[in-house]
Amino acid sequence: MSDTLNTTDLTNEQLVEAYRRMLLIRRVEENAGRAYQMQKFSGFCHLYIGQEAVAVATSTAMRDDDYMMTAYREHGQAMSRGVSADSVMAELLGRKTGSTGGRGGSMHIFDKERNFLGGWGIVGGQIPLATGVAWAIKYREEPKVIVVFFGEGSLHQGVFHESLNLASLWDLPIVYLCENNKYAMGTEMSRISAVSDLRKKAVSYDMEAAQIDGQDFFAAYNGIKEAIDRARNESRPTFLDVRTYRFRGHSMSDPATYRTKDELTEEQERDPLGFLYNALVELGAATEEELEGYDKECKKEAKAALKKAEDAPFPDDDSVLDYIYVNP
Amino acid sequence: MPEILFREALNQAMVEEMERDPDVFLMGEEVAEYNGAYKVSKGMLEKFGPKRVVDTPIVEAGFTGLGIGAAMMGLRPIVEMMTFNFAILVLDQMINHAAKMYYMTNGQYSCPMVLRGAGGAPGWLGAQHSQSLEAQYAHIPGLKVMMPSTPHDAKGMLKAAIRDDDPVVFIESELMYGWKGEVPSEEYVIPIGEGDIKRQGTDLTLISWSRMIHTCLEAADALAEQGYNVEVVDPRTLRPLDEELLFASVRKTNRVVLVEEGWPFASVGSGIINRVQRECFDWLDAPIEHVASLDTPMPYAPNLEKQVLPDVERVVAACKRAMYVD
Repeated sequence: MSDTLNTTDLTNEQLVEAYRRMLLIRRVEENAGRAYQMQKFSGFCHLYIGQEAVAVATSTAMRDDDYMMTAYREHGQAMSRGVSADSVMAELLGRKTGSTGGRGGSMHIFDKERNFLGGWGIVGGQIPLATGVAWAIKYREEPKVIVVFFGEGSLHQGVFHESLNLASLWDLPIVYLCENNKYAMGTEMSRISAVSDLRKKAVSYDMEAAQIDGQDFFAAYNGIKEAIDRARNESRPTFLDVRTYRFRGHSMSDPATYRTKDELTEEQERDPLGFLYNALVELGAATEEELEGYDKECKKEAKAALKKAEDAPFPDDDSVLDYIYVNP
Repeated sequence: MPEILFREALNQAMVEEMERDPDVFLMGEEVAEYNGAYKVSKGMLEKFGPKRVVDTPIVEAGFTGLGIGAAMMGLRPIVEMMTFNFAILVLDQMINHAAKMYYMTNGQYSCPMVLRGAGGAPGWLGAQHSQSLEAQYAHIPGLKVMMPSTPHDAKGMLKAAIRDDDPVVFIESELMYGWKGEVPSEEYVIPIGEGDIKRQGTDLTLISWSRMIHTCLEAADALAEQGYNVEVVDPRTLRPLDEELLFASVRKTNRVVLVEEGWPFASVGSGIINRVQRECFDWLDAPIEHVASLDTPMPYAPNLEKQVLPDVERVVAACKRAMYVD
C-alpha cells in the first residue's frame, strides 16, 4: 500500500514540508478567527480553513519565480508562497509591519518579493489581470507561468469568459484554478450554474480542463502540476475545477446555515490535513510524534505572529496620501 | 511648422514612443489590420508587427484587464477604446483594479498604462454614442485624466501619458480626429498636469478642454468684436489639475465661465468651479457661470442635438451674464 500511496514526484521531505505549510496556514487562520472574535480587528475576514491542500499543492508544483494571483480568501495562498505568518497577521490587524503596510488589509495581501500578486476583492475581477500577467510572460519570452485562483462563484462573470477566450486564442501560459468550495457565499453551486460538470465551461474556448480532488494532496498536486507543465512547456492555458470545502462560513459573520451539520461533518472527515497526516505516517515519511511536534511549532508560530502584530504600530498618520501615484 | 491632423498627431506620438521603448504595445478593437476604427493607428501593424499592435475580440473589460495585468508586470500597454461609451464596460477594471494598484499594494506594484480613445458627441449618433464621460475617471484618485484640444497638445500629451508610471485615461474628441493644426517636427513632451493659456485676455476667464476649447475661442472672438477681452484657459489634464494656472487667471480677470461638453451635475466642471470659488472667492466679481450639455440623454435629430450641446451663442451669453453686460 505505502509504495503506491505517493503518486507524485515529490520526496518524503517535500511532502513533510508541504504538510507543515498546511498546518501553519490552519493554525494562523484559527488564530485569525479568534482574534477577529476578540475584536482585535474588524472588516471582512475570509478564512481558508479546509482548503489548505489546494494552495500548498499549487505552490509545491510552482517554481519560485512563477506568479500567483487570487481573490480575497488569500491568507493561506500567500503563506503557501512563503509570505510569513507575521506579515499576514500584521496585515489583518492593519499594522505597518503587514505585507501591505496596513494599506491593503485582509483581502489585499501582496508580496512582490515572492511574486504573490494579491489579494483582489471584486469577484472575478482579477482573472483578466492574471491573463495580462501571462501576456507579459509571453511578450518577454520568459519560462514562467501564472496560476490564478478564483471561486466557483466567479465562473459566471463576463470577465472569466472573456479571459479564457483570450488566453486560448493567444496561447498564454496560465492556469485558471477554480477553487470550488461548493458555496458562493451562501448559494450552492447547482443554484447558480446551468452545468454541474464545470469542465464544460472551458469547452467553448478549446481549452484543456480537469476536475481534481483538492482534499487529496497527491491528486491535487498531480493535477495542478500537469496544468503548470502545460503552461510552461506548451504555452497553453488550462481550466481546473478543484473540488474543496471550507469548514468555516464565507466570512466571520456567516453562521453557514445553508448547509447541514451532517454535510459539514462528512467533509471534515476528509480534512486535507488529516489525509496528508495519515499518508505521511503510512509512508514512513514522519512519525506521529514528529507530526505532533510540528503542530506545536505551528501553534507557537501563529500565536507569536498575533502577539507581534498586536505590538506593532499602525501605519504613520501622515502616510495616508502616500502611494496614490508613482509620479504625483 | 507642418500642419497635420489630430489623428496623425496621436499616431506620431504612439509610433515614436513604441520606437523608443520596446515595452510599449497597442491593443484594441480594429487597431491592427483595419488600421483603427478612426485610423489613429494607421500603418502601425506594418511597422511593429502583430506582437505589438494587437487586434482583440470585442471584450473591453477583458482586454483592458489584460492590459492592467501586463502593466503590473512593467509593460506599458496602450489600450484603445473604440469610443469611451464602450469604456463604461471597463470601469470595474479601471476603478477597482488599475486605480488601486499602487496604493493597495503599498507601492509594491504600479500600473503604467494608457486607456485612450474617442469621446464626446460626433453628431447624428444618438444617446449611446455621444457621451462625455471624463467625470467617471476624474473622480477617481489613482487615475490621471488627459483631454487634448489641438494636434500639438495631443502629440505631446500622449507621449507624456505613455511614459508615465500611473494609469492615464486619455480621451480624444471624436469630432476632432480630422481637424488640422501645427505640430513641430522636433520632439517635445507636454507634462501631465500642465495647463495652457489658449488665448490671453483680461476681462473674463473661460475654462474648458477638448473640443469645447474651440467653441470658447470662437466665443472669445465674437466678444472681442464687442470690445471684451476674454482669456481662454485649457487645463489639458483634468486630474491632476493645473490649479495654479486657473487660479492665476481668475485672480487676474475676476470673472469665470466654465464650459464643458459633459452633463452639468457632478461633473468635472462642477468640481473645478468648487475649487475656484473656494480659492478665489475674494477675487470674484460675479457668480461663476457653468455652460454644459443639457441634462438629457442625447437625441438623434439634429435640431434636438443642437439644443443639447454647448455652442458659441450659449457661451457668449454666459460671458455677458458674468460681466453684467446684457
